[in-house]
Amino acid sequence: MKSAPPQKIQQTLADPKLQKAIYSATGRLAGNRRKTIAADVLPDYQELRQHAHDLKKHTLDHLDAYLEEFERNVAARGGKVIWASTGAEACAFIGNLARERGVKLVVKSKSMTSEEIHLNEHLEKDGIDAVETDLGEYIIQLAGEKPYHIIAPALHKTREQVAEVLHAEADSTPEDLTAIARVALREKFLAAGIGITGANFLVADSGAIVLVENEGNARLSSSAPAIHIAVAGIEKLIPRAQDLAVFLKLLGRSATGQPLSVYTSFLAGPRRAGEPDGPEEFYVVLLDNGRTKILADPGKRQSLYCIRCGACLNHCPVYRKIGGYSYPWVYSGPIGKILTPQFMGREQDPWLPFASSLCGACGEVCPVKIEIPKILLELRQEIVEKSGDRRERMAFRMFAWIMRHPHIYAQFRWVRKLRKLPAAGPLKAWLSQRDLPDLPKKSFREQWRERGRA
Amino acid sequence: MRLVDFPREDLAAKFSDALTALNGNVVLAPDLDAAQAHLRTMLAGKRVVASRAPILGGIGEEYSREACAAADIGVTSADFALADTGTLVFLTESRESRLISLLPPRHIAVIERDRILTSLDELLSRVPHPGVQSSAMVLITGPSRTADIEMRLVRGVHGPGEITVIIVGS
Amino acid sequence: MAEVLERAGCEVEFREAQTCCGQPAFNSGYREEARDVARHFLKVFEGAEYIVIPSGSCTSMISHHYADLFDGHHETRVHEFSRFLVEVLKVDDVGARLDSVATYHDSCHALRELKIHDAPRRLLRNVRGLQLTEMDAAEECCGFGGTFSVKFAEVSGAIGRTKVESIVRSGADTVVSIDSSCLMQLQGVLSRAGSTVRTMHLAEVLASR
Repeated sequence: MKSAPPQKIQQTLADPKLQKAIYSATGRLAGNRRKTIAADVLPDYQELRQHAHDLKKHTLDHLDAYLEEFERNVAARGGKVIWASTGAEACAFIGNLARERGVKLVVKSKSMTSEEIHLNEHLEKDGIDAVETDLGEYIIQLAGEKPYHIIAPALHKTREQVAEVLHAEADSTPEDLTAIARVALREKFLAAGIGITGANFLVADSGAIVLVENEGNARLSSSAPAIHIAVAGIEKLIPRAQDLAVFLKLLGRSATGQPLSVYTSFLAGPRRAGEPDGPEEFYVVLLDNGRTKILADPGKRQSLYCIRCGACLNHCPVYRKIGGYSYPWVYSGPIGKILTPQFMGREQDPWLPFASSLCGACGEVCPVKIEIPKILLELRQEIVEKSGDRRERMAFRMFAWIMRHPHIYAQFRWVRKLRKLPAAGPLKAWLSQRDLPDLPKKSFREQWRERGRA
Repeated sequence: MRLVDFPREDLAAKFSDALTALNGNVVLAPDLDAAQAHLRTMLAGKRVVASRAPILGGIGEEYSREACAAADIGVTSADFALADTGTLVFLTESRESRLISLLPPRHIAVIERDRILTSLDELLSRVPHPGVQSSAMVLITGPSRTADIEMRLVRGVHGPGEITVIIVGS
Repeated sequence: MAEVLERAGCEVEFREAQTCCGQPAFNSGYREEARDVARHFLKVFEGAEYIVIPSGSCTSMISHHYADLFDGHHETRVHEFSRFLVEVLKVDDVGARLDSVATYHDSCHALRELKIHDAPRRLLRNVRGLQLTEMDAAEECCGFGGTFSVKFAEVSGAIGRTKVESIVRSGADTVVSIDSSCLMQLQGVLSRAGSTVRTMHLAEVLASR
């Protein structure tokens, strides 16, 4: 491997408090999910997963048509679709609109897509205050950090650390801290000129976006300011409002073990005549940023089915040890492992798809049945072929040669002598964590022959 | 899609169970007079903002942004409710504002019994094109909540921390 | 394993030319090399009717991933050992005896690719003197993952230690699995932690009298 995994991994492993926080938070989310998808609670869970997978496949197979339908319907409801091939284009549109309207304060609800395009940095450069309003995101914004987990951005922070960030008493309870944030952010919601959200789903037949949340900040961001802008990847599209019956049933349960999240907003355009409130202007920025390139790959395009539930993170033995910051990009966990090389190029962090024991828990819990392990194996092959380690290739060529010559293979009783070798390379790595296995006194072949069976 | 079949009489009870499990409150009122009387008791001495839905009987201040921001309680009707998840459904075309059920720390909704549906599946088959009727359809399932700090559940983050539903016509 | 199969009434053949299924190369991205090894496997086992394997990961490599190496190849002759006993031979009691408190580790490929969960437990429950207890993290990965165990040794070790904590909590004196690679990882971590818990392959348990 050319580039080494980040120092962050060692640091995270060496921090017992952080280890406990990651393991217990993900364990709790996983446990809650299990309760709500249990066979007696949701008997058609497996059918729903397949249905969701098929809907996503169908939508992406006909994405052009659905995108056009979506744009038509957004316009019909008085909204406007903005096509952004790159993150820079999306940021430029938003920045320009804010400048035109004289907006200096923007409120944002949680959007991984906006992190992907570094929207906040762009707005700050233009002198616009972009305030994160999801409690976890608000905290990490004040701390100058990035989200730790798709669903729980401040998973790594203790209440004392949060108190420090909010300038509160060190012994504040989570309730106290939440109350402080509520008051501070309320002002912002009511003063902001633009509210920016992501979108959990884009609904083609309605020209609508769907926002799923528990706090109320997405509702406020999309209802209080005069302008609402939703930024979403083109893969968020679903064909019809009725398809929400499948996706909403899976999203809440997979993410947090809730049959439905507290607030689900289905928003189709700006406020209409006679409606007491709502935004005057409604924009949906459709982001490509490399998605159509991934769509072109038959084996890996299913990576785009992701509905950002975070279940794969919660079940991944690797994520549960190395945590969100060990991943190089905004998306962490198993989904991050397969998206990052496809967006950023396989040469960027070639170690990433190898940082997996291929246990398959991710694929097992994915609500849209993305075959994550299969994609990891494909990526491994691509990386090795393009920029493989010459020595490793030689080692595997030799491995293959030995395995094709059984009489040579059978000679390898030297394996018993392993204990006496100086610890170096893979042996050293093994021994750093565990002892060598006890080896049987006789090999199977030797025993088989002794019984006169050869 | 399988539609779960509940006998209609049980839907109010089912809704009540689901919402109280989420720390919401449910009041079963035999008729409109009882509902409005109960409502008035709950609102006594509080600053209230309410929609002009007839079912509410003309209580509280009329909608304005300032009223929503200052009120102790926001009162609305609801278009539908979903029994299996304890969810309220709002379509803004019915003149319910977005902010009355969002800004004040407490939300009370009054709904007729026969507006309670079984589930999201039934809602979407009744309202297959929510975007036609209004700019916003909002599903509210219990009080606002977060577990962002140490995974500790805290209610009333940005939306109301307390929600009460008065079902009329039990 | 051969003993147990014979005890259950099978005629067991061992083809000495066998070496490996090719998984290590495949998992590391070296498909050409994996294909070479796989071809050897297929040649060696030409004509065999039932190929029984004491490893979930080898079995799934052949049954699930040979199709990735050879277009359209669906290998149906391979059977993981415990599943072969219970589902093909319809045997869940081989007359074994082992005094122990044992817990079963669900190896990942067996559990998730082959959907093996009940067969090994049924077999273990019928071992005289063996008390089967479930650990809370039975279905969690042991952390081996092939070359992952050395390429990402610290992570692999940390995962293994969490698993071992679960084993110890279960009160078992023996942990059983159908995959030797998992056992190697677990034994290594247990021994480094100074634990007296031993690891045994299911075949060893079933061969015990």
